[in-house]
Order: sequence, then C-alpha cells, then structure tokens
Amino acid sequence: MKITLDNVVKTFDTFRAVHGVSLAIGSGELVALLGPSGSGKTTILRMVAGLEYADGGTIRFGDRDATRIPVRERGVGFVFQHYALFPHMTVAGNIAFGMKVSKLRRSRAAIDARVAELLSLVKLGGLGGRFPGQISGGQRQRVALARALAVDPKVLLLDEPFGALDANVRRELRRSLRDIHDALGITTLFVTHDQEEALDLADRVVILDHGRIVQEGTPQQVCRAPSSAFVTRFLGDANRLVAEVRGGRALIAGGSIEAAGVPDGRAEIYARPADIEWAREGAGIAARVIRVMDRPESRRLVARLPGGEHVELDMTPETAVGVGDSGVVTLRRANVFALA
Amino acid sequence: MAHAPHGRPPRVGDGAAVRRALIAFVLAVGAILVLAPLVVIFAQAFRLGIPAFVANIAHPDTRHAILLTVLTALVAVPVNTVFGVAAAWAITRFDFPGKRALTVAIEIPFSISPIVAGVAYLFVYGLQGLFGPALQAAEIKILFALPGIVLASMFVTAPFVARELIPLMQAQGRDLEEAATSLGASGWRTFFSVTLPNIRWALLYGVVLCNARVMGEFGAVSVVSGNIRGQTNTLPLHVELLYHDYNTAGAFAAASILTLLALVTIVAKVLLERQGAGRVRRPALAAPLPAALSTAAALSPAEGAKP
Repeated sequence: MKITLDNVVKTFDTFRAVHGVSLAIGSGELVALLGPSGSGKTTILRMVAGLEYADGGTIRFGDRDATRIPVRERGVGFVFQHYALFPHMTVAGNIAFGMKVSKLRRSRAAIDARVAELLSLVKLGGLGGRFPGQISGGQRQRVALARALAVDPKVLLLDEPFGALDANVRRELRRSLRDIHDALGITTLFVTHDQEEALDLADRVVILDHGRIVQEGTPQQVCRAPSSAFVTRFLGDANRLVAEVRGGRALIAGGSIEAAGVPDGRAEIYARPADIEWAREGAGIAARVIRVMDRPESRRLVARLPGGEHVELDMTPETAVGVGDSGVVTLRRANVFALA
Repeated sequence: MAHAPHGRPPRVGDGAAVRRALIAFVLAVGAILVLAPLVVIFAQAFRLGIPAFVANIAHPDTRHAILLTVLTALVAVPVNTVFGVAAAWAITRFDFPGKRALTVAIEIPFSISPIVAGVAYLFVYGLQGLFGPALQAAEIKILFALPGIVLASMFVTAPFVARELIPLMQAQGRDLEEAATSLGASGWRTFFSVTLPNIRWALLYGVVLCNARVMGEFGAVSVVSGNIRGQTNTLPLHVELLYHDYNTAGAFAAASILTLLALVTIVAKVLLERQGAGRVRRPALAAPLPAALSTAAALSPAEGAKP
C-alpha cells in the first residue's frame, strides 16, 4: 500500500510540530523517519496511524483519502515505543486481541493457529503462555510486532522500535525486522533518532528537523551527499573547520579541497574522523596530539590545530602515536557549505 | 569499623533506651487511643449477655436504621463509583477547558466539614431553598427522606474512587488504550478488556473506602435527615439517639454493628493492598512482577547472551 502525505501540518496549542510535510512512501518500501527529539517525526507517524489528526494537508493510503479515517478503521499495525503490551494478558492473549475484537469473525482454532504462526515468525515459539512482565525487553518488542501484524495491516508503523534495548539486542532485532519486512512485503515506516539504525535498516531515510523534511534519499545518497551542515552533523561525527572558498575550492592551511558549487566567501568544512589523515611530517596542517582513545577497530586521535580547533581522526590500531606528538593532518574528503 | 565500639549505638538515635522508650510510647498511645475504645464497644454491647444484644439489634428502630444505612450505601456507592471512573477517565484521557478546576472540585468534599455540606443541601433543597418551592409543587420529598440522605452521603464520598484512580491512570498513560484502538477495539471493548483490568484493584480499594465512609457518615446526614426515629435515622444517627436515651447497651449494640462493618472494610483494604492497590504510584499489576521477571530471565535463554 502506497502512502502519500501532502503538505501535512500539525499544531499543538501554539507549538507547530509539523510544517507542511510532503512525502511519498512506495508500496512495500521500508522507510525511516530520522531526526533529533522535537523534530516532529513521532507526530508524523501518529498522524499516518490516525492516533493524531492532521490540522492541514492530506494523507492518502493508495488512492484513498485516509486523513479523516479513525485509527480503528485505518488498518495499520502500530508498534509503540514502550510496546504497550496488555500486562494482564498472556503473550498469546496480546497477539490474539486484534483478531478477537475484529468485525471479521474467526473461529477459536483459526485464531490459535494464527497466534502460533506469528509466534514462530518472531521466533518466540513456546512463550505464548508467559505474561509480558515475565519476558525480556527484546522479547516484548517482538510480541508487540507480532500483535501489530496479527490484524493483517496494510501498513506497519513503528515508533522508536528499539529505543529501550541494549546495543546487542538492538542489532539482532534490526536484522529480524528487516527479514520480516522482506518476507511479508508490507509497507513499513519507522521513527528513530539513531542514524545508524536508520541507515542500516531502511531502503530510504527521511531526515527531519524542526517539523520539516531537510533531506530524503537512500542511505547512500544521504551519506555521500548530505544537503546541509545539519544533516552532515546529524548523520555522524564530523569535524568542523572554517575556511575561505575561491573558485570552487576551499582553502585551508597547507592545501585546498574540492568545493564545487559553493559560492566564494566564508564556508564551513565538515570532515569525518575517518577522512582525516595523520602523518609525522609532510604537507598539511600542523597539529599536535592531545589525546588518544583506543577502540576495538581503531585509534582515535584528538589533535589541536594552530588556530586552536580540535579535530578527531581515526587511525588504524597499529598507528604508533602518543599524546604530545607533533605532525600534520590532511583532509582526504570533506563536505563544504557556505556560511551565511 | 565493621562494629561500633561496645556501648555506643551504631547509628545516631539508635540507642537502646531511645528505642525502648519510643516503642513503649507508641504502643501505649495506640492502646489508649485506638484499641481501648474498640474493646469497650464490644464489651458494652455484650455486657447484658447475648440475648440482650440480639434483642437490641432486633428492635424495629435499630433494624430500620441498619436497613436505611445499607440502602443508602447501595445507591450512593455505585453512583459514586461510576462518577469516579468517569471523572478519572475524563481527567486523565482528555484535554478540556476546566480540567484543572474539576480536579480541584473533586477534592472539595474532603476538605469541607460534612456539617457544612449538610447545611448547604438544606438551602438548596429545603423549603426556603433554591429548588424548594419547585420540589414541593411537584411533591418530591428530598430533605428528611431517603433522597436527601443519599445525596448528602454521595457529596461527602464523591472523591474516594476518583482519587484512587487518577494517579494510577495518569501513570499508566494512554498507550494501552491507543494500542487496543489501533488493533480495532471499540471504546467499550477497550474499557472493559484493557482499562478496567488494569485499574481493578485501585477501583475496588476506592469502592471499599467509599462504602466505609457512606455507612459511617454522621454530620451531613444528620442535618438533612431530620433524625426521625424509625424513619430517617441511619445507623450512626441511631447510635447517637440511643445514647441520648440513656440506652447504653442498645447504643453499643448498634455501634458494634458499625464497628464490625469498619473491621470488614479494613480487612478488605489490607487484602487489596497486598494486590498492589493503594500504592497507586505504579500500575497495580507491576507489583508482583520483578520477582517473576528474574525467574523468567533465569529460566529462558537470555537475549543479550547471544553475540
């Protein structure tokens, strides 16, 4: 089912949470709404679900205008941030709830069979008799997913689905959500503030800031060509340097870097830690190492430039370097944006 | 420093003398203030023997007072339960103008003297009151009759159920109901299948407290009932009347019935509190969970253990 948002607006009292958002989500697509807190991403998700009504604009499911259809009849599966499992019902009872209250009558046996099928889909076979309080956070999240899928929704919506889980469980559930999505082919929209999660999981990422879409595209597009300084910063660690642009090149001490399309004048340069090189000598910006942080896959150096700026850069684990060493840094790759 | 040098208390204020004195003081005051009157009530009620007690209870006026009290509770408690649930629902689930005012208004009967409430009712429904003439013209008798007693009792006990439910429902949030609705449940279905089971202990707790207060209410009822023996006397009013008649045994017999009702209430309250009600700040069902959680974690292959 294709979902189309056209100029959707939402205001709470005096606060405008969503400013005219337009977005098209293709049938069977897996899309992430990514943004910092307060960017309006959850509000957009809740409007698609029908848990909030839009103040303006339209939301279409396929060719049908769904803007005013109440959540009960919208046919969406919604996974809540804190799962919202019914604590007084067993896992099986939770999953069966949607089928039991449905206008479509199902026999007990049919419901039981479907519950068993969903439990095995989310790899929770045998836990149907437990109560939500008796299972782990990751298991609860899967129950919430199975419960949402039980009503055969046309659209699956997830609000920060992995927000409350620890890193390992997150990664595992991310993969299993992707598998389930691919198996069922259901149009899926999820909200997250975790860029890694969005980039790992989604076909397409929609980045929001202050209730507006600032960029959308495949993970590759947004990573390689961030449209603004905000997107660059939000997608991951980036060092910021201020420089002068002349004729399509940004000039920094000891060299220059490609800045196609950026008008002449002051500009900001963003470079990822992995895109900065360190050397004992040679051409480049003079730098002094002030900290070394060891990580499983790299050594991160914090270096101080002559202008007083700090840059962070990642080196291979074998790099022999210590605090106080002097050398030069060079930028291998960077994004340049004009400064207003 | 594992043990303090002997003779010195391990913590400030933990001296043996202080401890003993404090415990003795509390026990003595408790016995004098609470226990002694309770014992006296039953001792006095049975002073002339069980046959006399039975005869006292069986007296038509006493029987009528018991009946009236039970009848009042049968009307006032269900009405206030429905009101309490509706008010708690409205306050915790909807945003509307006057919401804060309603929250405060619900608490008023707690802080106002019941006798003031009684007098106020007198001036609303009495002959010289707001609706007095209209009511008299329609030949509806509210004051000095059952409706007045029920209304006054309801006023006094209006906050009990709502007060138990509001903090709990606030803590639970709207997620569960939103989840039920998104799964296709109707409003009624959501209420009965999802909301009610999660507030049931707190609700029962509120009902028990409400019932205790309805049966024991004296001040407001005494103003509006007119104290007509055998007609508009509830049990507490009847106790006072018998006492003024110098019928001590009768007064204590009637009082013992009220006390018994109170004791039943206390037992019910304690049992309910064990189920997690009254500790309101958290969902009722969450109480027994941590233990279950740890056993479940021990029994099932833990998620986080996988690489």
